[in-house]
Amino acid sequence: MHDVSAFPLEISGTPTPMVSFRKVTKSYGTLTVLDELDLDIAAGEMVSIIGPSGSGKTTVLRMLMTLEQINGGVIYVDGQPLTHMPKNGTLVPASQKHLRKRRADIGMCFQHFNLFPHMTALENCMEGPVQVLGLSKKEARERSEELLEMVGMIGKKDQHPSRLSGGQQQRVAIARALAMRPKVMLFDEVTSALDPEVIGEVTNVIRKLVSEHNLTMLMVTHQMGFARDISDRVCFFYGGKIEEQGPPAELFGNPKKERTQQFLSAVKEAV
Amino acid sequence: MFDWKWDFTWEILPRLIQATGNTLIAALAGYAIAVVLGLGLALAQRTPYRPVTLIVREFVEFIRSTPLILQIFFVFYVGPQFGIRLSPWASGMIAIGLHYSCYLSEVYRGGIESVAKGQWEAATALNMTTAQKYRRVIIPQAIPPALAGMGNYLVGIFKDTPMLSVIGVAELIHTANAIGSENYRYLEPYTMVGIIFLAISLPAAGLIRLFEAHVRRKLGL
Repeated sequence: MHDVSAFPLEISGTPTPMVSFRKVTKSYGTLTVLDELDLDIAAGEMVSIIGPSGSGKTTVLRMLMTLEQINGGVIYVDGQPLTHMPKNGTLVPASQKHLRKRRADIGMCFQHFNLFPHMTALENCMEGPVQVLGLSKKEARERSEELLEMVGMIGKKDQHPSRLSGGQQQRVAIARALAMRPKVMLFDEVTSALDPEVIGEVTNVIRKLVSEHNLTMLMVTHQMGFARDISDRVCFFYGGKIEEQGPPAELFGNPKKERTQQFLSAVKEAV
Repeated sequence: MFDWKWDFTWEILPRLIQATGNTLIAALAGYAIAVVLGLGLALAQRTPYRPVTLIVREFVEFIRSTPLILQIFFVFYVGPQFGIRLSPWASGMIAIGLHYSCYLSEVYRGGIESVAKGQWEAATALNMTTAQKYRRVIIPQAIPPALAGMGNYLVGIFKDTPMLSVIGVAELIHTANAIGSENYRYLEPYTMVGIIFLAISLPAAGLIRLFEAHVRRKLGL
């Protein structure tokens, strides 16, 4: 395992970033997907990640969700180390127990929804609260129905995913993730697998989240207009690094780096 | 057929029907052991502990590569040399259950591997424990694609129960043999045994297919 002795046991300071990547490296064999990434996300901040495919965008989310292990650096959530844990005054790789404890702060929505096909929409939402959080069925149902109402899916709560459209499935998936009451929500290309006419119903739900809830959100997207509209900050990834970042008006309106300009004009032509 | 005696057939039928009961009990009990143990073997092959995985995998290969009848003999005749004295029934159930659990573990493995990777990731994102992932998410989805294979082995174990006759379990073949040697007539008992096997195997295969369709519908797959 990589040396993390130089990293702090926890991050304090005001305000403490909700998420902090410190020199995080991820590689597959000789291919480096993320190269000593430093990224802080403030509580309540909405950050979008854009960039060409293969730039490491999705990997950022997957590592934060602990779906993949990192090869270097440390990720902190709410000041506490996520990928590591303190032991005898130093950081060691996180145990399963530690991961489960810290992971509770994070929720994720996937490109392909990944709803449980053998459960109805409501059961999908209740599953985590009942099994993992230990809520009573009644509490979990109330919480889930409230969220399904919020995403406009209460009318379909007893349907299995196979009976729902992609947009509907994604809205249920958002409700399912929110039912765990995470502090940080991750959206991994949540509209990429959708037909164009239903993208709006999913982006509207995310807009609602941004305006009504004080969630910290990290979103990987190919929808530049959407990212521009709702983000507090946009990060342009290139070759496993943040090539350029800033407020959306600045990054989209007046990109400084040549690669950002190239990418944005290529995307514009494609539309 | 020239010499077929109906009165003899009717006379031996009650004994054969009783033996059919024993055959069914043996098949179902053996299968019950195999269904549970097979799942255990399938899961054991997926633990992150390399030695466990390796030993279990070799064990499964070993059992699958040696004849069932040898395993039955081993449990029944060799067991006592190690102080394990079991009745024919107990020996038979252990041998046949163990044998089929290895086949079923492969069926389960196929079912588990057919579950999309995204399902594991969604379960992780909900912060489930490994046990919860298997119990609530993976196994319910792994079973429907495994049902066809599981059904085949149910019929298979039923047809393999005659091997238990070699250690004296009074199932159909054992009983037919006894009837034959008592009366010096083998045509009727063996023919009836064949018909009984057919009469159970064929509808069972159909029922399994119906059950599979029902389960898929019920799980919304």
